[in-house]
Amino acid sequence: MSKSEVKLLVDGKRLDGRLPEELRNIEMKVDVVSRADGSAMVKFGNTIAIAAVYGPRPLYPKHLQEARTGVLRCRYNMAPFSVVERKNPGPDRRSIEISKVIRLALEPAIFLEEFPKAAIDVFVEIIQADGSTRVTGINAASLALATAGVPMKDLVVACSAGKIENTLILDLTGLEDNNSESDMAFAMMPSKKKITLLQMDGLLNREEIKKLMDMCEKACGKIYEMQKKAIREKFLVKS
Amino acid sequence: MNEEGIREIVLPGEFLCEKAGRKLGNGVYLEGEKVFAKVLGIPKIEENEISIIPLAGVYIPRTGDRVIGKVVSVEISGWFVDINSPYLAFLPLSEAVVEFVDIYKTDISRYFDVDDTIFCTVSKVTKDRTVQVSMKNIGSRKLHGGVLIKINPNKVPRIIGKGGSMINIIKRKTGCEIYVGRNGYIWIKGEKKTKAVEAILKIEKESHVIGLTEKIENMLSETYEQK
Repeated sequence: MSKSEVKLLVDGKRLDGRLPEELRNIEMKVDVVSRADGSAMVKFGNTIAIAAVYGPRPLYPKHLQEARTGVLRCRYNMAPFSVVERKNPGPDRRSIEISKVIRLALEPAIFLEEFPKAAIDVFVEIIQADGSTRVTGINAASLALATAGVPMKDLVVACSAGKIENTLILDLTGLEDNNSESDMAFAMMPSKKKITLLQMDGLLNREEIKKLMDMCEKACGKIYEMQKKAIREKFLVKS
Repeated sequence: MNEEGIREIVLPGEFLCEKAGRKLGNGVYLEGEKVFAKVLGIPKIEENEISIIPLAGVYIPRTGDRVIGKVVSVEISGWFVDINSPYLAFLPLSEAVVEFVDIYKTDISRYFDVDDTIFCTVSKVTKDRTVQVSMKNIGSRKLHGGVLIKINPNKVPRIIGKGGSMINIIKRKTGCEIYVGRNGYIWIKGEKKTKAVEAILKIEKESHVIGLTEKIENMLSETYEQK
């Protein structure tokens, strides 16, 4: 990929005026798809993800059923209009992989063994993409699962990190992602301090990875508080 | 509940309390000696039991639950029944009919056919969630006519009310025949069934309101007087 000539860091500030360790504006809302059992919308700056959860529900065809445990099915999809150049609709190599990654990030948190022979379906739609779509999707999916009343060990919180111009940064935008020296997707169960997703692309040395993981963990703490607030708001306003 | 009448809610993964020898109820899990929330709901920490009243989630059948089911298929010696859960329930012939039936000579759809609504009891749930229902309990019957509505199964206790107070008001004020299944299916028959459905949906929507019983009573009285 050809690197652009744009300077990504000017006087220690990023193109959108953020400091390296600053997150974008985050907005969260639960219960946005009324017919789903649970749903949520999460915005990380310009990135918008909507997640809807159905189930546990019967799983057909029957050969997909597991006798001892439930099955989690995830679908990650980007809308054709979510990026500047039209994205060819439908699943492609990239979204199939991300679907799997999201599934693996959520699975450890869910008590699937309570629903043998059944399935929980998670749909993640990216309405607008500007970097860090998979982590935005995971945050939305975890909120949707919680509001669907699915038994979970903990919420799953995700955030991205990377390195541009020798500086470690958090929450990459699309432009930063395309021109980064390295980028990392990170998800964890914050109150259990357990990491459920760790992906990395590019070059980093051992210290940098450690530093980035620490940064992510801190950022996840903040995002976790927002998630809790989003759910509480929805269910307390009613009271 | 605090002074403002706002119920405290917990999210999955939140620490509730130490176990301290107490029993674990619904919606919680243990890690070491610490008890955590498993589902979104209202915590209930009592002297001898820790549990959570869930705010959402599907119906998971439990032995002894009185449910309303819809027959989805007729088999050789029984029926499969939809009980608004991820699992279909099986109603064996022996649990449904008292008299002797020769299955080689009789078509058992004469008792229950596809799309029939029945009021029954969950008699057995195995570990891998094979569910059996029975019609042998008192009150079990086939429900003829009427309408079937579906609500959030977690709101069923509110629809029934303490000792049946809420449902009795609706029954009295509308004169409808109403059966409430633990699974969230509600069957209503009677002339003023629209009013009853309205009231039930209102309870489902406003289940958190304190003093809802009086509110519903007033609402139904008003409509009663207008006629």
